[in-house]
Amino acid sequence: MEEISNMLREIKKLRLLAVLAALALAAAACGSDGDDAAASLDEPVTIDYWLWDGNQQPFYEQCAADFTANVQPNVTVNIEQFGWGDYWTGLTAAFASDSAPDVFTDHLARYPEFVESGVLVSLNEFVERDGVDVNQYFPGLAELWTSPDGDRFGLPKDFDTIAMVLNTDMLADAGITVEDFNNATWNPQDGGTWGELIQRLTIDANGVRGNEDGFDSSNVAVYGFGLEGNFGAFGQTTFSAFAASNGYQATDEPWADSANFGSQELIDTIQWFADWIEAGYITPIEDVESLGGTTIFQNGGAATQSNGSWMISTLSGDATEVPVEYAALPVGPIGERRSMFNGLADSITTSAENPEAAWEWVKYMASPACQEVVGGGAVVFPAIPSAADIAEAAHASNGVDVSAFKVHVDEGTTFLFPITDSASRIEDVMGPVMQQILRNEGTAADLIPPAAEEINEILGS
Amino acid sequence: MTAVSPDTSTATPRTSKGSKQLQNLTGGWPVAFWFLLPSMIGFGLFFLFPTIRGLYLSLTDWNLIANRGEFIGLENYRKLVDDQRFYDSMWRTLKYVVINIGSQTVLAILIASMMDRLTRSSVIRGALLLPWLMPNVVVGLLWLWMLDGSVGVVTEFLQWLGFSDDLAFFTSTTNVIPTIAAINTWKFMGYTALLMFAGLQTIPSTVYEAAAMDGATEFQMFRKITLPLMRPVLALVLVITIIGSFQVFDTVLVTTGGFGNQPGGPVNASKVIYLYIYQNAIDFNDLGYAAALSVVLVLVLMVVTFFQLRLLRAGESDLA
Repeated sequence: MEEISNMLREIKKLRLLAVLAALALAAAACGSDGDDAAASLDEPVTIDYWLWDGNQQPFYEQCAADFTANVQPNVTVNIEQFGWGDYWTGLTAAFASDSAPDVFTDHLARYPEFVESGVLVSLNEFVERDGVDVNQYFPGLAELWTSPDGDRFGLPKDFDTIAMVLNTDMLADAGITVEDFNNATWNPQDGGTWGELIQRLTIDANGVRGNEDGFDSSNVAVYGFGLEGNFGAFGQTTFSAFAASNGYQATDEPWADSANFGSQELIDTIQWFADWIEAGYITPIEDVESLGGTTIFQNGGAATQSNGSWMISTLSGDATEVPVEYAALPVGPIGERRSMFNGLADSITTSAENPEAAWEWVKYMASPACQEVVGGGAVVFPAIPSAADIAEAAHASNGVDVSAFKVHVDEGTTFLFPITDSASRIEDVMGPVMQQILRNEGTAADLIPPAAEEINEILGS
Repeated sequence: MTAVSPDTSTATPRTSKGSKQLQNLTGGWPVAFWFLLPSMIGFGLFFLFPTIRGLYLSLTDWNLIANRGEFIGLENYRKLVDDQRFYDSMWRTLKYVVINIGSQTVLAILIASMMDRLTRSSVIRGALLLPWLMPNVVVGLLWLWMLDGSVGVVTEFLQWLGFSDDLAFFTSTTNVIPTIAAINTWKFMGYTALLMFAGLQTIPSTVYEAAAMDGATEFQMFRKITLPLMRPVLALVLVITIIGSFQVFDTVLVTTGGFGNQPGGPVNASKVIYLYIYQNAIDFNDLGYAAALSVVLVLVLMVVTFFQLRLLRAGESDLA
């Protein structure tokens, strides 16, 4: 018994030590938090920065090197990259275990949930103090990162839009030009002239085209249009452009308390896709789920697809499997074309031990100096127009015409990514419903309204 | 067990006096403590503490990202009672368990009795364990590729045999649960068979000899001797495998998570209870509700196990 009580005493001592150590750490963390902000940049500090796009990593490494060499000699940036799927679970786990990065690439679909959890640092004071011009970005991008309370949680780094991706060889075989696609119109009744192009590009196993007699819709070799992926609730690369050009808007404003999923414009659009899958002109959703839409397109299983600007380097890169050109999305019943306008930003976490150093890095990434480096990499379009021009020129020098992606920005035909505070719950409700409709296991008119109601309950609560 | 009991029985007569026995007991306590300590630490750290913390979390609205929450009493459980998604995922899990345990147990019994009656080869016994030695994620990926609708080798073969071109496994709402159940049957049947084989070894060969003398066929012996006499082992194996089967998770995550990015699909067809718990914790950051779901799952498993043991009379053997 003596030994045990001795041991208990030891344990108590150890516990006291641990508590003291924790307190000391907390005190140290507090010290670097605010008071002597200037002093905190006088000592060497390392910032952990996360991103998911491996294609961009080399250019951010370059930015980080320039940053340390020219701007803040005491701040080193340690960049870590994770694939899209692992990125968010990894981030959640990192937050839960208090080991989150200081700065990370943030997404509009995710950041409201981080804001609600109170793990992002508001940039208002920093922006004001250093006089950062939030109007230097493409109009609308900076405001996307402002919460209803007026707090800014990120500075824009890039933007993306959607365009048609065309297999040039297959177009030539069908006697169709890129210009035909640029001038095409679409509607959810008969598919419009765009639908006719898709039918002509579809070829069954016997070589019969989709617009010819004897077309066998149950045995298709090449689909006219390939879905990029599952629809999900917002269909960024898939249905969103079509639904929007049909007059649909997911939410009336960012952070809205209700959404418009029950609208007839959306129901008609989704049903049109389901019907055209059934008719054999669009890739079956089962194939897309197992292989991935871009793989199908690159293997020649689909003549066209719609995809995001972040995929340009993959689709037009050296290792590309098919010759590719880009065209604008079709003009819809509202008389205009529409593309979702999405942007990424860098956010600072409350786990950042040195917010001042983290801010310096965020500020640098949001400045022309870094965005021009990233633009020169020809991977994404930076958020600053001059840097975006550099990106376009870099693509052009690679022989790739990306004007189809920029036409929406130039013509002002973009719509913003719907920002809600419950994106993952909305996905959970709407995603399976979309899968069901595209499998023709139910109609859009039957399945979407109840799901829309459920979503409004989630948003309203 | 049999090797240990003689030692303890011989230890008793050595300490003839009662007082000395007591002294031995108290004197042995520190020694026992040190021997028990490693497993006690493991038990406390990995079972006791998480269980208590889990119970506590289920009474809070704990946010995983913020890593804090407030005590909200039984609110999570109240929400759970009305949660249709919880019942749906339990129902899917049950379907999976029935298919998985049904096929796995039947196959394992057959394999075990064949091993018992036909061969003693340790090579065959080892080969049976091979799928069980593979990590779940590898098994999931392997079958995902083999059963792929476009490039999968199994699908190709089945189509060559004359099956429909539209054959789908993981992307079909009706086939996904049976497919995953079959994969895990393939993975675990060898291991389960080995457990049952060990049970079969306890049946005296004299019983079979007597039956053979009376002219019983192999099938009659299996039905009248093997099955009844291995009931206690069967009960134990079923308890272990059913609890394991309810906890199916990684296979579902790997085989349905792919390009849809929504594991549990298609159309939620494979969203089993563990996936629903995971989703609440990781996707919705609602660790409190996820903990409440887990507590309920534990209770359900306890009830299932209790009735199983009672129904199968696991404590008694027909051998006596």
